[in-house]
Amino acid sequence: MARKLKLRIWRGDATDGGLKNVEVEANEGEVVLDLIHRVQATQMGDLAVRWNCKAGKCGSCSMEINGKPRLACMTQVASFPEGEEITVTPLRAFPVIKDLVTDVSFNYRKAMEIPSYEHPKNLAPGEARMEQIDVERSQEFRKCIECFLCQDVCHVVRDHEENKKSFAGPRFFIRIAELDMHPLDMLKNRKQKAQEEHGLGMCNITKCCTEVCPEHIRITDNAIIPMKERVVDVKYDPVRWLGSKIRKREGIV
Amino acid sequence: MTSLEKHKYDVVVIGAGGAGLRAAVEARAAGLRVAIVCKSLFGKAHTVMAEGGAAASMGNVNEKDNWQVHFRDTMRGGKFLNHYRMAELHAKESPDRIWELEVWGALFDRTKEGKISQRNFGGHEYPRLAHVGDRTGLELIRTMQQRIVALQQQDAKESGNAESHIKVFAELTITEILKEDGKIAGAYGYWRENGKEVLFEAPTVIIATGGVGKTFKITSNSWEGTGDGHALALKAGANLVDMEFLQFHPTGMVWPPSVRGILVTESVRGEGGILTNSLGERFMFKYIPEVFKDKYADNEAEADRWYLDQDNNRRPPELLPRDEVSRAINAEVKAGRGTEHGGVYLDVSKRIPADVIKKRLPSMWHQFYELAGVDITKEAMEVGPTCHYVMGGVEVEPDTAAAVGVPGLFAAGEVAGGMHGSNRLGGNSLSDLLVFGRRAGMGAVEYVKKNPTATVSEKAIADAAARIEAPFSRAGGENSYSLHAELQEITHNLVGIIRTGKEVEEAIVKIAAIRARSANVAVAGTRQFNPGFHLAFDLDNMLLVAESTAKSALLREESRGGHTRDDFPGMSSKWRQVNHISSFDGKDVNVKAQPLPPIPKELFDLFDIHELEKYMTPEEIAKGGSN
Repeated sequence: MARKLKLRIWRGDATDGGLKNVEVEANEGEVVLDLIHRVQATQMGDLAVRWNCKAGKCGSCSMEINGKPRLACMTQVASFPEGEEITVTPLRAFPVIKDLVTDVSFNYRKAMEIPSYEHPKNLAPGEARMEQIDVERSQEFRKCIECFLCQDVCHVVRDHEENKKSFAGPRFFIRIAELDMHPLDMLKNRKQKAQEEHGLGMCNITKCCTEVCPEHIRITDNAIIPMKERVVDVKYDPVRWLGSKIRKREGIV
Repeated sequence: MTSLEKHKYDVVVIGAGGAGLRAAVEARAAGLRVAIVCKSLFGKAHTVMAEGGAAASMGNVNEKDNWQVHFRDTMRGGKFLNHYRMAELHAKESPDRIWELEVWGALFDRTKEGKISQRNFGGHEYPRLAHVGDRTGLELIRTMQQRIVALQQQDAKESGNAESHIKVFAELTITEILKEDGKIAGAYGYWRENGKEVLFEAPTVIIATGGVGKTFKITSNSWEGTGDGHALALKAGANLVDMEFLQFHPTGMVWPPSVRGILVTESVRGEGGILTNSLGERFMFKYIPEVFKDKYADNEAEADRWYLDQDNNRRPPELLPRDEVSRAINAEVKAGRGTEHGGVYLDVSKRIPADVIKKRLPSMWHQFYELAGVDITKEAMEVGPTCHYVMGGVEVEPDTAAAVGVPGLFAAGEVAGGMHGSNRLGGNSLSDLLVFGRRAGMGAVEYVKKNPTATVSEKAIADAAARIEAPFSRAGGENSYSLHAELQEITHNLVGIIRTGKEVEEAIVKIAAIRARSANVAVAGTRQFNPGFHLAFDLDNMLLVAESTAKSALLREESRGGHTRDDFPGMSSKWRQVNHISSFDGKDVNVKAQPLPPIPKELFDLFDIHELEKYMTPEEIAKGGSN
């Protein structure tokens, strides 16, 4: 049942830090966040970690566990072989505030840059009619819990601070795709803007974001690739280009 | 010390869940400047955890539904202890609040006609819950969050400053609500990131801090549910109403231990899940209370038929209000018919095909598969009661959400009391947030018209600052984590799902002892993102809440809704006429009885007189409502 386990926790702040070794008890069925809480309550009262729901629904306890971006509340201790050390470090793509807590304000700035949903002007509340099958495409992206693991893993920004200015990241590509596929949204040219203003073109579809998504959203296949394809279609096909100037919604043929 | 960070706003909203954000949107719409303050990152509030849906009588699935039916269900669910006016406003306004979310981009599941789909839930006569699979709370919080962003984008366009009217102060803890001359003047707190203090000067404060679940050992609540708003309101001179009523959700996970308490949505039962004990008995048929006998099936055949034909059959007893189901599960486990890990079985696998389960209950499938190694499309879940929701809360004026007794203070959402009476129906929380969040915003707008400015005195600032510094300057040896664990043990064992007078008395003494010790909590480390330091303040709040709950529970000598006294098992119509009002004198919480406002005739007449006879005294029945 209970066993002693070696845990290495990154401790420090923006100026300095390093891995600290601790021994901690682990019980059956526990997740890495349980271990961190136990260390906090018994050995390091000021160990900084973000968490809220502890059920994989809020996306707060994002960190890197043995180098992989994960939610600590959904990572079973039992998934590591007996004897293997578990190392927890803060998200690498964002500046450290303290210990396992990073400054994720980049994401909130990017959220601000994505134009919001535009409801049809003449459609009064309660009058909307949409088919289930049509809302499901956007609903997949609305499952996003904003854990920002996809933002963290994406190599376009992970080791390239300079790209952050022009690159919104996978989380916001699915936000754009969600609005683009929203049956009622009235704003035009979302895909073009994704390409021209939010750095969609910088993504070279290595699918790392899809791999780390705890909600199993098919970020690359269902959001990024379809948008890339249609941007290309519209840009290089003169008939579609003309169509996009006439029709309400671009790229639909 | 360096100079204090100061802000001036028209409204300070504490809490960025559904209620707080809806309030902010309303106040902003009237041109006010709003600060939204929250303990976590923006978009992480506990609203995100709501699963089943938002109740609103849109009548999309059964056109017989209307606000009157919703009102009746809500009053029944609360065993008629609800503030009638809140239940009325809620039932009338919920549909508009849901439709408005759609205008802001929400994407609910649809009916065949393309309208918003509605699902069955405990205590609701018709399918009523607008939903998105089993992640409705996420849809709600994200829609509100994105609405705030949309307004900020609009402000940026108009004034060049996205934060000219709404600014979100994320990861900031409010430690005090400040008053001058008896009126609200602002709030004081600190940034969690660096411990630096912040003063907000504002004539209005809207409390929307949610619940108190972390006071208890087994809870579905996140760390934030520490009763901050309840305690801040008490300390600011407001009252709490009916704090003895806690909702223990019947179905929390029970295994493995690390996930104990995590919610299993009621939608599992709404979609056809059944409850059985270790003998394989579908036990809920034994627990249908007298007042619900004519609405719930007493045999399996009828209960099963109901899923196909709701007009000619009574509902399955698994869909009784939550308090009834929780007590039944508790009784089964106590009688030795529980599962290996002290719960009962909840099974949806035999009734619904695997692919439908994954579609309708995706996050439940995910949660059990990843955290418990259980595939709910093939096996039963083990579940048991978990502390989920507090019906009690700040006493408010129903129409404006203004806190009674404190000009400029408002409260909405779970932190406000009265709406749900002694027990909340599932789905009535998300709609409550929107209805009363908006009303709190409107209340603040009206108040600010007459009270446009507020200034906080130097003395009040100095006092608030001293209280924040205190844990660092103490030499005492108490640890906030251990005190919190002790408090949870006491509430769980002595003020939990089933209580006796003797136990509650013991709890009151023990809670007081912890409170005395909490004055010696010392904090190690610095002010920079220090959870031990943060917990010291949360602990103070939880102690006040626990005291209020225990003292209210001791007075109420009956069993009703989320308050079950083993020594007074019956429900009494005398006690229905009484609210318990908690106030704080700076030292202790005091609880007194206050008459419940009588139901006006037009609402009284919505009920069958024979039903009311089960709840009301003959004198009340004879009167037939007020006026």
